[in-house]
Amino acid sequence: MGSIQLKKVEKRFGDVVVIPPLDLEIEDGDFVVFVGPSGCGKSTLLRLIAGLEDVSGGTIEINGKDATSVPPAKRGLAMVFQSYALYPHMSVRKNIAFPLRMAGMSQAEQDAKVNAAAKVLNLGDYIDRRPGQLSGGQRQRVAIGRAIVREPDAFLFDEPLSNLDAALRVNMRLEISELHSTLATTMIYVTHDQVEAMTMADKIVVLQAGHIEQVGSPLELYRSPRNLFVSGFIGSPKMNHITGAEAAKHGATTIGIRPEHIDLSTTEGMWKGVVGVSEHLGSDTFLRVDVGDLGTITVRASGEFAVHRGDTVYLTPQAMHLHRFGPDGLAIR
Amino acid sequence: MATQHSRSAARLMISPAVLLLLGWMIVPLAMTLYFSFQRYNLLMPGQGGFVGFENYRYFLSDPAFFSALTNTLLLVGGVLFITVVGGVFLAMLMDQPFWGQGIVRVLVIAPFFVMPTVSALVWKNMFMNPVSGLFAFLAKGLGLEPFDFLAQAPLMSIILIVSWQWLPFATLILLTAFQSLDSEQLEAAEMDGASPVSRFLFIMLPHLSRAITVVILIQTIFLLSIFAEILVTTNGGPGTASTNLTYLVYAQSLLQFDVGGGSAGGVIAIILANIVAIFLMRMIGKNLET
Ligand SMILES: Nc1ncnc2c1ncn2[C@@H]1O[C@H](COP(=O)(O)OP(=O)(O)OP(=O)(O)O)[C@@H](O)[C@H]1O
Ligand SMILES: [Mg+2]
Repeated sequence: MGSIQLKKVEKRFGDVVVIPPLDLEIEDGDFVVFVGPSGCGKSTLLRLIAGLEDVSGGTIEINGKDATSVPPAKRGLAMVFQSYALYPHMSVRKNIAFPLRMAGMSQAEQDAKVNAAAKVLNLGDYIDRRPGQLSGGQRQRVAIGRAIVREPDAFLFDEPLSNLDAALRVNMRLEISELHSTLATTMIYVTHDQVEAMTMADKIVVLQAGHIEQVGSPLELYRSPRNLFVSGFIGSPKMNHITGAEAAKHGATTIGIRPEHIDLSTTEGMWKGVVGVSEHLGSDTFLRVDVGDLGTITVRASGEFAVHRGDTVYLTPQAMHLHRFGPDGLAIR
Repeated sequence: MATQHSRSAARLMISPAVLLLLGWMIVPLAMTLYFSFQRYNLLMPGQGGFVGFENYRYFLSDPAFFSALTNTLLLVGGVLFITVVGGVFLAMLMDQPFWGQGIVRVLVIAPFFVMPTVSALVWKNMFMNPVSGLFAFLAKGLGLEPFDFLAQAPLMSIILIVSWQWLPFATLILLTAFQSLDSEQLEAAEMDGASPVSRFLFIMLPHLSRAITVVILIQTIFLLSIFAEILVTTNGGPGTASTNLTYLVYAQSLLQFDVGGGSAGGVIAIILANIVAIFLMRMIGKNLET
């Protein structure tokens, strides 16, 4: 149980429309990721679902029942905040037990549930410490623990990993994914990190300025972005966009080609350019190639590709991976 | 101050200030101690001399002493209770967004800038006076007998006046504490199913505990030595109904001209203040650690 429907949901702060009317359907058991640039309204949308903000219009249905004016505690959702929002004066155990205590559960039952959650999340060593004595990753686990003991219909995460270092982030990403497959509960996850989005999501919702630009599985978005914004947002490094005469040859206003879909050669090819900055990562080499009228194009060569600044290279886009966009920015199929 | 070197440098640097303060404190303390063992009555010059603990015995066996002691504790306790409870309440209200917030916050601190003598006189003459005071006027308007605050409930009236002076201090300290409370914590508690009352008890109050400790410690120091308010309103009376230790020491040395007895009272007051301080530190000082 954990399906959520947004119907014409709208949010204004005073005169500022942060979220214009928006429809979205989240099915039970989905792992849905909201991505988008900073300030596009991801957190706001999540808080609307949680009930921490009132909608300015439209309805929110949870499990098929109208929940628009249901208070947050009664929606059956649990949220993990970016700052973790642990209660600093309570031990880890008390933090996790807090929602149970508020629900008036008996001490024995509380203990049983807290211990079960502590086992799932490996909190054993520090269950009697205060949050102030924990590292970022441990606090994150406690925050998740506090969410899972409530056995909610859906979890809401607001950029839970953004305060962690890179290695820990990879770890926690896997743990959250694992948690999702164990619990099989709906999860809504906000991030602006597209690696997180691509690796964790069943379904990605790309937002821009409160609009839903596209909804789909990670690979759907990668393979067939619906418009210019999505094509530029999903994929790293960004897709190259080329306008003008070259695009017109393909019958489009803009053509897009991903860095990994360009063949690179030092002797022959379609476009001739001069190598600018090159980034050698060992497994990959990213070249910024200045191609006259077409502008600067990013190319990925796998492995080590020995070229230097100022060398001439030839680029050939793979025709099957070429994306064409019309004057309105929408993809032409 | 991590290294040995920086620690000793720091000690050297602050030593002049410490020495100066120490001298400043030691000299009057030593003189008080000295006088407390002397017969020293301004009405009987030339009859001085060492009397041992005679002054102490006299001061402690004075029936006024115990009423002064209880009055001191009631005064401190009463004012602390009113200012902390009222301060939490006012700070919570002022933390809400409302029109004219900036001006209200400036106005709230105003009572703190009024000199104690002035505010006590204003309360005495303009509010509590049974004939011309505002409260008497209101009582008459309701058809009630005017209440003579300073004659019938002198200590309570002084507690009210002093609370009025210290409420802004408590409110402002607690307001800053409220403002530093992470709103996400409250939201998390709301999602966890905590009612507004539980949120206050389990999230806000623990968060405020440190600020409340600071308010209690600072106020206690000042409240133990309340004097001006008593002098200008009740003169410690009727009888000794509103005499606290400070006022009793004053009465002993300057109204009865017994400097020796007054000094003994002063030493006793210092000892009692330290006992209170130790109790406070034990009870709530641990809040300041972690
Ligand atoms: N309480 C508020 N009052 C007015 N405007 C607000 C309020 N909260 C958010 N906004 C505005 O709404 C927009 C969306 O904010 P939101 O926090 O949802 O962005 P976000 O997508 O989560 O960004 P980020 O990735 O930086 O967290 C922003 O332009 C922000 O300025
Ligand atoms: Mg956000």
